[in-house]
Amino acid sequence: MEPAVKNKTKSTEQTDNRLKFLNAALKKNLYQPDALIEILHTAQELFGYLSRETLEYITRELKLPPSKVYGVATFYNFFSLKPKGEHTCIVCMGTACYVKGAAELLSEMEKFLNIKAGETTPDGKVSIATARCIGTCGSAPAIIYDNQVAAYQTKETVIKKLKEWL
Amino acid sequence: MDLAELLEISEKERRKKKPLEIHCCVAASCVSSNSQSIKDKLTEILRNQNLADKVDVIGVGCLGLCSKGPLLRNSQSGEFYCNVSLDNVEEILKDLKGEKCRIEKISPDDPFYKKQMHIVLENSGKIDPESIESYIANGGYITLYQVLHEMTPQEVIEEITKSGLRGRGGAGYPTGLKWSLVAKSVAEKKFVVCNADEGDPGAFMDRSVLESDPHKIIEGMTIAAYAVGAQQGYIYIRGEYPLAISRLQTAIRQAKKYGLLGSQIFEANFDFKIDLRIGAGAFVCGEETALMQSIEGKRGTPYPRPPYPAEYGLWGYPTLINNVETFANVVPIIRNGSEWFSKIGTENSKGTKVFALAGKIARTGLIEVPMGTTLREIVEEIGGGVPNKGKIKAIQTGGPSGGCIPASKLDTPVDYESLIELGSMMGSGGMIVMDENTNMVEVAKFFMEFSKDESCGKCIPCRAGTYEIHNILSKILNGEATQYDFEKLKLLCKMVKETSLCGLGQSAPNPVLSTIMNFEDEYLSLLKEDI
Repeated sequence: MEPAVKNKTKSTEQTDNRLKFLNAALKKNLYQPDALIEILHTAQELFGYLSRETLEYITRELKLPPSKVYGVATFYNFFSLKPKGEHTCIVCMGTACYVKGAAELLSEMEKFLNIKAGETTPDGKVSIATARCIGTCGSAPAIIYDNQVAAYQTKETVIKKLKEWL
Repeated sequence: MDLAELLEISEKERRKKKPLEIHCCVAASCVSSNSQSIKDKLTEILRNQNLADKVDVIGVGCLGLCSKGPLLRNSQSGEFYCNVSLDNVEEILKDLKGEKCRIEKISPDDPFYKKQMHIVLENSGKIDPESIESYIANGGYITLYQVLHEMTPQEVIEEITKSGLRGRGGAGYPTGLKWSLVAKSVAEKKFVVCNADEGDPGAFMDRSVLESDPHKIIEGMTIAAYAVGAQQGYIYIRGEYPLAISRLQTAIRQAKKYGLLGSQIFEANFDFKIDLRIGAGAFVCGEETALMQSIEGKRGTPYPRPPYPAEYGLWGYPTLINNVETFANVVPIIRNGSEWFSKIGTENSKGTKVFALAGKIARTGLIEVPMGTTLREIVEEIGGGVPNKGKIKAIQTGGPSGGCIPASKLDTPVDYESLIELGSMMGSGGMIVMDENTNMVEVAKFFMEFSKDESCGKCIPCRAGTYEIHNILSKILNGEATQYDFEKLKLLCKMVKETSLCGLGQSAPNPVLSTIMNFEDEYLSLLKEDI
């Protein structure tokens, strides 16, 4: 599903509320090029990822060279230029989680889903990714399942959660 | 807002207080173990028992002992209820009624709490982080009033300078000196930036402070802005901390509503505004020049200093950048005086330091100890040592920029200089304990993988050097490296350290160098014979 930002006709704007929110964010930031990162955050929140069309739209609205928008979007780990799965699973690879076996959890997951970290299952159900550190080191190893942080994960809890999703 | 109004809010809030409060930790670690539902369930139970007018359940910031979470505290006895779950929450009620209960309790005299001293965390676990009234009732914003009405900017800077406070972000630059440099710079605009881009894996001090006591940072930043003459502030916070972001947003909104941010704060001739800037997952943005680039909406690539941000910062204007914990020290210093603060700690490192204690250790969590406390006191007494009678092999401090301190050096007091002597650094305060089963070469590779991925790619020593160091480490771990490779590794580390553009590259080899310094045998045992 591509966001309908390519065609800026009135009817498209009416059918897609997400574009309205993006425009509101642009307006709130007074179309300042400085606000590029904020706008990309908003766009990704609305559309789930940053498609080529979304990036081009932002480029035009902020009057920035496309190279700059693309450069910023690819520099930061948070921005994804590819669609994500229905469910996301982020394995924390911070030092505390690493010391407590996060790498094994990840490989267990990769084996179970038959994909690598950073990829999505072919049916678009689950994406797995890694994070540098999510800061809940006290309850390591931790995994974020769809924005919910889960503490003290084991191979069993991980597989159970994935089975729930599939 | 004037003083009378502030005192009235404080008085009203205090009158509302019930004789007994149950403090329920709602910081990220306990929230991940379901503390929010526990809080709701306990509130409901008390209501059903008609105890709601005698006992209040309050969500508070971090209570410290994350490994026993979800954690709740009885405000009268000061005791902590540990590992509370939805199934055993009724037991707390039994305890309140004086009956025997089946729930683990820890007294505030437990070794975990006894050795600590709370300055930065003074309100953490005591106030509701989502209520400005709760902060005001605890003496909040009075210091700001006094600063604006009774002190000149020079006097504020003098107090901070005399206190001996040093930057808590890692490098330990004297805070008062930094403030006076920005104050001296002449420009039509100045900025104050709070660096909350806590990227070190294994560090969660700043997250906890922001989640537990966001108004303290706002007050500290406002005092700093008055001292240096800035009108606009930014808090640059990691995108990985959604809870801290939402609490900061709430706090800023509340402060604005009460006129504690905005124009003519406390009816003084002083305007200050704070905006949030949310990071997008780039470790290098914790470096101050990269951070400023990111605030300006650009790729977070560092640029050479000088000119320092104090002269030429955001959009070319003088900018004061301090870490979260540094700002958190400002209010207590001004309130209690520089003399009080300078008596705490060691000769060159004053005050306290917050550490995030994690890894293979019995009690993990957030602690604050006076500078000069030994590592042994921290890991053995406060942390309870390695579980199951294991032995400590090393302590990692300073994240990917720091190093591994061997168990033989546990009696070293914690301060900026002595950690550097051991090949590590204070860093922002992550402290990870490793036990005997840890392979130190693997640890070095882990950090190098981090630095290699997070290198922004601008300068070659860091971009290519970290990659090459990582390759050699892999080769060593695969048993394919010779003495020649090992010598090359050492040379390469030295080169990257000395020639990289910013702090990331300059400190990236530290984990390798410190493990070579302290655990060289492990490297040597993996090398194969020269042919």
